Amino acid sequence: MRVALFITCYNDTLFPQTGIATVRLLERLGHTVEFPENQTCCGQMHSNTGYGDEAIPLIRRFVKAFRDAEVVVSPSSSCVSNIRTAYLRSLVDTGDEALKRDVADLVPRVFELSQFLVEKLGVEDVGAYYPRRVTYHPTCNSLRALKVGEAPLKLLRAVRGLDLIELPDAQECCGFGGTFAVKNEDTSVAMLSDKMRTVLGTRAEICTALDSSCLMHIGGGLHRLRSGVRTVHLAEILASTEGDFIHGERR
Amino acid sequence: MASAAERHTFPELAKRAVADTQLRRNIGNATQTIRAKRAAVVAEVPDWEDLREAGRSLKEHTLRSLDRYLVQLEEAVTKAGGQVHWARDGAEASRIVIEIAERHSVKEVIKVKSITTEEIKLNEALEAAGIRPFETDLAELIIQLGDDVSSHILVPAIHRNRAEIRELFMRKLGLTELSDRPSDLTAAARTYLREKFLTVPMAVSGANFGICDTGTICVVESEGNGRMCLTLPQVLVSVMGVEKLVPTWEDMEVFLQLLPRSSTGERMNPYNSFWTGVMPGDGPQEFHLVLLDNRRTDVLADRTGRQTLNCIRCSACLNICPVYSRTGGHAYHSEYQGPIGAILTPQLHGMESAASLPYASSLCGACYEVCPVKINIPEVLVHLRTRAVAQSGFTLEKLAMGAAIRMFDNPRLLETAQKIARVAQRPFASDGYITGGIGPVRQWTKARDLPAVPSQSFRDWWRTRR
Amino acid sequence: MSAAREEVLGRIRQALSRDPAGEIDIARSYRRTAALHGAELVDRFAERAEAYKATVLRVDAAGLADALERLRGRFVVPDDLPEEWLPPEFIRDHRQLGHRDLDAVDGVVTGCALAIAETGTIVLDAGVGQGRRAITLLPDFHVCIVPVERIVASVPEAVAALRTSLPRPLTFMSGPSATSDIELNRVEGVHGPRRLEIIILGETPD
Ligand code: SF4
Repeated sequence: MRVALFITCYNDTLFPQTGIATVRLLERLGHTVEFPENQTCCGQMHSNTGYGDEAIPLIRRFVKAFRDAEVVVSPSSSCVSNIRTAYLRSLVDTGDEALKRDVADLVPRVFELSQFLVEKLGVEDVGAYYPRRVTYHPTCNSLRALKVGEAPLKLLRAVRGLDLIELPDAQECCGFGGTFAVKNEDTSVAMLSDKMRTVLGTRAEICTALDSSCLMHIGGGLHRLRSGVRTVHLAEILASTEGDFIHGERR
Repeated sequence: MASAAERHTFPELAKRAVADTQLRRNIGNATQTIRAKRAAVVAEVPDWEDLREAGRSLKEHTLRSLDRYLVQLEEAVTKAGGQVHWARDGAEASRIVIEIAERHSVKEVIKVKSITTEEIKLNEALEAAGIRPFETDLAELIIQLGDDVSSHILVPAIHRNRAEIRELFMRKLGLTELSDRPSDLTAAARTYLREKFLTVPMAVSGANFGICDTGTICVVESEGNGRMCLTLPQVLVSVMGVEKLVPTWEDMEVFLQLLPRSSTGERMNPYNSFWTGVMPGDGPQEFHLVLLDNRRTDVLADRTGRQTLNCIRCSACLNICPVYSRTGGHAYHSEYQGPIGAILTPQLHGMESAASLPYASSLCGACYEVCPVKINIPEVLVHLRTRAVAQSGFTLEKLAMGAAIRMFDNPRLLETAQKIARVAQRPFASDGYITGGIGPVRQWTKARDLPAVPSQSFRDWWRTRR
Repeated sequence: MSAAREEVLGRIRQALSRDPAGEIDIARSYRRTAALHGAELVDRFAERAEAYKATVLRVDAAGLADALERLRGRFVVPDDLPEEWLPPEFIRDHRQLGHRDLDAVDGVVTGCALAIAETGTIVLDAGVGQGRRAITLLPDFHVCIVPVERIVASVPEAVAALRTSLPRPLTFMSGPSATSDIELNRVEGVHGPRRLEIIILGETPD
């Protein structure tokens, strides 16, 4: 399949390894990955912070970049959920019927990575190897907006060498919430402390999820604590193979 | 986003609340307890999702024809011997209640827990008119005696522990001996209020539902204080928001399942009272229904905000909310707290006085998932954020957001910005992480490290590959 | 007053003026009946009522006499309570009793309009054998006789049956009065009766 990758602005800037992993993984599974270079940002931060009207040029840009794609895949559940839920809502009062039609036409072809693999392609074992104790945090957008359900867990269970440890109170929000993390810093950090406590309680080495943004928040807290526990996007786990490790250590 | 008129912003109040570890523990334990109870009784109902859909559609159906249904209710109540009053705002509703009290030369009234009367500050108005209101719900009594404010729409004194309540009761009820066992504290309240129930001639209540085809009003409660107020006095006045209607008696089959399981986590709350006008020889012989607008019609006019009026005040959204369960209710500075408070307060009291509330959420969506009438609270929050932005004047945030759009709408500018960031972060970055900074980065890095911008973006990598 | 009425109604019409025409359909896919019958129905009611800390007795006609015989103290009863349901010492209420009189008795015996198995609820509708609302409110002990044929399975079945009770007042009671206002500890018995005894009367059907 021809897969157009929507990398998202913050993965592009801060977490290129997540994008690289997504490319490696999809290519390993035999797909052709394309990267339309005129893509930038879906506009999520703007529309969630109350600047939905201002973000309309970004909707237009997204549509232009991906209009001809067979499928669009993104390693970010929150951006996919923004595209699926906020785009048409933002356009309601614009009267730009052509753009509305384009969005309505494109949205069903936009997938979050794990949902694409499990639900669209029907793949659970992607041939990955990852010899680590891992716990999975279901981010709110993946859990409630996209309803990815068991998809990421099915993928993780099929990874060889991986020891999947259940996270208690997994469904509780980590406290990131986009600009919430800085506008309501105290509350955000209070939520984070509880999330870190449960993550550390699992004795996992790695906490994974479908959103680099939430992982940046959880990982930033864990790094500040010098806890030794790292956050890694699911794509990176799924992209890993035996060749990436020597005696259990990453090359 | 705080405007000048918002005296207490959510972030400021929340900061204080989350620093209070005892409070955080109390609220955390309490919300966990109710969450578990709710989850258990909801799981028992095989058609829960069908009921939610019925609840949502019933509410939306009724709101769509609200004028017709209100007139129908008015006719039915009047025919059954009740008197119906209309109030444009809180002051008008309070005046109506005071006039009824004065007509009967009443100096004291007993009250059933009602957030609507809190919203319109009825108690203050009654006191100013020389009429003493007695709150009869245990938690409301604790709040009233302590000169405190509610922190939870269902369990207003959730922030108080037994030792504080014991001390308060001893001081205010003139008791010399009292243990801090909840059963003893409850018994003390029973003794104190029994005399009031037997002697005070007028009661004021809210209403959970007004049933249009029969003119029947419903109050749900647990303690029996509601039944006392609704049954024993000669005069009863119920203040009801115009949105609390259900079309027919049969529709109660939906709400009588949704409400108790969502609110107290019981299969049915201990008491539901239904009355229709005046029943000769049984209960109050004079009944007044005050239909209150107080900006509800403005909420109705907002097509996205309108769903807020579906609310049946169950409080499930508070209990499930990760923000509420860390901050408690006082941070919302309103008689409506938690997610519903964050969307209702700015709509009822004006955005100017509550502009930080729509931002008091991580948009996690847990509230939407539990709401028995399917209010899409995250959607309304985002909608109200848009209104808050539109109403605010110049802010640095607006400037920055505008600049960000220009950057994101131009891949070259984005790449330039990435390059600038790599340089600008140097003073703060070590070992791949940024540990301090200015503006939002400073807020972020108080308790979290921030990954530094790596030397190669994904885009750069992609190009090297080809 | 009518100025307010016209203004509020006007604002509502204004608020709705941009809405598309037509009504919003009500989704009625939920259950209107529950598959509970015979012994299972009665058992479910008993179990759910007990979950609220109500005392539940199950008796036949002879057993009822024994159950009533045990009741100690003065009980108020509705003026039309059947003879066989009377406790040893009773006062019939013809609405002559004041609130203080009702506050002073030891208990009350009534029947009910119906009972709901799934929720363990009894419903009084001021009909035969139930009296006015105050008599089941002020006494501290409520004994409620529930003939088995009055038990319905679910809330929708109860609501449908109660249509004809209106406009009389209805009271749904689920256990004795209770509060969870102090640290969410449930305490039974606040302002309403502190004890509720439910006597299920009749042969349990198969
Ligand atoms: S918004 Fe929904 S969940 Fe929250 S109190 Fe209202 S009805 Fe309950």
